[in-house]
Amino acid sequence: MITTAIEIFFISILAGFLGSLLGLGGGIIIIPTLTLLLGIDIKYAIGASIVSVIATSSGSAIAYLKEKITNVRVGMFLEIATTTGALTGAFIAGLVNTKYLYLIFGILLLYSALNMFKRRKEELPKEFAPHPLANKLKLCGAYYDQSLSKEVTYNVTGIYGGFGMMYVAGIISGLLGIGSGIFKVMAMDTFMKLPMKVSTATSNFMIGVTAAASAGIYLTRGYIDPKIAAPVALGVLLGATLGTKVMQRLRSTTLRMIFIPVLLYVSIEMIIKGVWL
Amino acid sequence: MSLLENNKTSKIGDTEIFISKALRFGVILSAATIGLGLLLLIITRNSGYPGSSFPTSPVQIVKGLFLLKPYAVILTGLLILILTPVFRVGISILTFLKEKDYLYVAITSLVFIILMISFLLGKGE
Repeated sequence: MITTAIEIFFISILAGFLGSLLGLGGGIIIIPTLTLLLGIDIKYAIGASIVSVIATSSGSAIAYLKEKITNVRVGMFLEIATTTGALTGAFIAGLVNTKYLYLIFGILLLYSALNMFKRRKEELPKEFAPHPLANKLKLCGAYYDQSLSKEVTYNVTGIYGGFGMMYVAGIISGLLGIGSGIFKVMAMDTFMKLPMKVSTATSNFMIGVTAAASAGIYLTRGYIDPKIAAPVALGVLLGATLGTKVMQRLRSTTLRMIFIPVLLYVSIEMIIKGVWL
Repeated sequence: MSLLENNKTSKIGDTEIFISKALRFGVILSAATIGLGLLLLIITRNSGYPGSSFPTSPVQIVKGLFLLKPYAVILTGLLILILTPVFRVGISILTFLKEKDYLYVAITSLVFIILMISFLLGKGE
């Protein structure tokens, strides 16, 4: 039992590390490794993945908030969309055919992987005028980029598109239990044109809230097994803390190069599920 | 960074640092509790519950915590971790209120209310 716990701990360090770099919850690492590699029942793997999302979010937000990479106002504003989306998802569960959802969103992710590949050399977004609503909501911001050794000020655009995408992100994570972070990064990076680091840090900040809303259900259903979830929580917290230190020193172009294969992997997995499910 | 810019962003900076400190408190408390539970489990070699079972409701968990049952201590730590994002939203309402940023007091309160609704709906399931 102790060797399994140690294995889970090391896998979780990796999940927390990658999650804090890319703004994801680490479910894409936790669920397959726990079920396929360690033969753990899927329901405990799902419970562990929820714990992993929250640990990544809270663990990395400590550093990203302190370094002001997270845009709190963008996060708070968009959380209206993700939380209502998650509620909608819970309501329509069972009414919609998830097969088509997997297909549609798999293709959407594939498209955004291509889009991101086209912009792979773009370190910071090109200059543009902020959306009028961005000024009203005080969304534009600045952070100090350690890898560029300069202060980066940025504007925000595509508010309606980003907000809509976030609502959809909430629905699908409520319905399919996946993509808590990946669609959020996409909405901020592609629609709202935030710098890559701000997008991943703010996604990280947000994913914990949506996961916490559903964690209660998983706890009472008995999905959160302490002997599995404990090494996950501690490992992910450690990995996320390490990840925040590394992320600040990386170029945004490097982050993109790590993000694109993950995006491709998830999109292909979703398309396969959509076709065969 | 020029002095002028510094003045302009200082208030926002305070909010972020305050939320960061609140989260750090929650995360350290959670990790320490989980660590204590694991330590108790290793020392006593007994989870405090029959077979591979474990408590699944907050009431059962807190009851077990008072008896220092290792699994209940671990689950208390996990429960603290699960609550950190909710706690973070609550803290944010207070900091925006202190800054007199009423638009964001409203936005954050709305998020908090939606969260509470989803908690209640989850319970009723």
